[in-house]
Amino acid sequence: MSTQSQTSTALSNFIAGSRDTIPMLVGAAPFGVIYGSLAAGSQMSAWQGQMMSLSVFAGSSQFIALGLAAGHAGILLILLATLIVNLRHMLYAASLLPHVAHLPARWRWSLGFLLTDETFAVMNRFYRQAHDPALGHWYFLGSGISMYLNWQLWTLIGLVFGVAFPHLQSLGLDFAMVATFIAIVVPQLGRRPYLAAALGAGGLSYVLKDYPYKLGLLAAIIGGVLIGVMLQRHARRSYRSSEAA
Amino acid sequence: MSVTLMILGMCLITVVVKALVFVLGERLVLAPGIREALGFVPVTVLTAIIVPMILAPHGHGLELSPRNPQLVAALVAVAVCAVTRRQLLTIAVGLTVFFGWQFALSIAPWHAL
Repeated sequence: MSTQSQTSTALSNFIAGSRDTIPMLVGAAPFGVIYGSLAAGSQMSAWQGQMMSLSVFAGSSQFIALGLAAGHAGILLILLATLIVNLRHMLYAASLLPHVAHLPARWRWSLGFLLTDETFAVMNRFYRQAHDPALGHWYFLGSGISMYLNWQLWTLIGLVFGVAFPHLQSLGLDFAMVATFIAIVVPQLGRRPYLAAALGAGGLSYVLKDYPYKLGLLAAIIGGVLIGVMLQRHARRSYRSSEAA
Repeated sequence: MSVTLMILGMCLITVVVKALVFVLGERLVLAPGIREALGFVPVTVLTAIIVPMILAPHGHGLELSPRNPQLVAALVAVAVCAVTRRQLLTIAVGLTVFFGWQFALSIAPWHAL
């Protein structure tokens, strides 16, 4: 880290937030291209693919919507899946809340909309190091807006690419999504309840995959979460009883 | 039209879920049980989505065989990620193995048999 300058302004915080998000921008780029090219090959029009990135701005929900729509899932199920997949943002928001609670409502709506896994990771690190938390919301805005513009750009490139090469799907490009999800999930499996939750959800999802409207997916997620919670509670209990002994 | 409607619905849900905690602030209290359960959501959702794509890439039966490039590449990607914990490397190696394996299968001599 470079040394803090004495004159920390809104602009310098905004720029610092964007700059510290650059690794995340690189990481999100292939994701955006894949989303765009899959959207171009789906039943939605190209402008709708871009509109989804502009208005929804949540990568995993967008991928899931594409996948579910391709499987002829109903709109209600897609909305329900969107809700479930986005619930994790409430956890992120809860942990960032102390730094945001004092801001005017328009700031809180905007920062909420711009919240992503990547920006959460950047903000979490920022507030831990706490350079100049008074102007932290400008740093947050810089990180969020750079992620937003980055996502629009790579979506557009993916759409153009997908329109130019309409048979991309048959190459198995959707494997890029599998590889990306593996890269997100595996580092989180260090603790046993998480590993068990993932294995349970994956196993159930395979077994239940032929249920209509992808309801098996929802059942698998709920089952996996329950397995994780139960194991975590069990681990905590046995830890406490071994402490007591 | 229904696609536009779907997108607008997704937008509404996403914005509300993401901003709810910031907007309501301390008025919104998440019960510890809910909080605990939410912690397991990312790993379960993503795994539940990809496992069928890996084990049954053609949507029919189980394809537990080296002739399934999705399976081979996914196993390699999991190993790379578990060892290095580097996202981009995992994705790059996974895709390379996937396309390489697919190509190798297509030119393998027994393919013509």
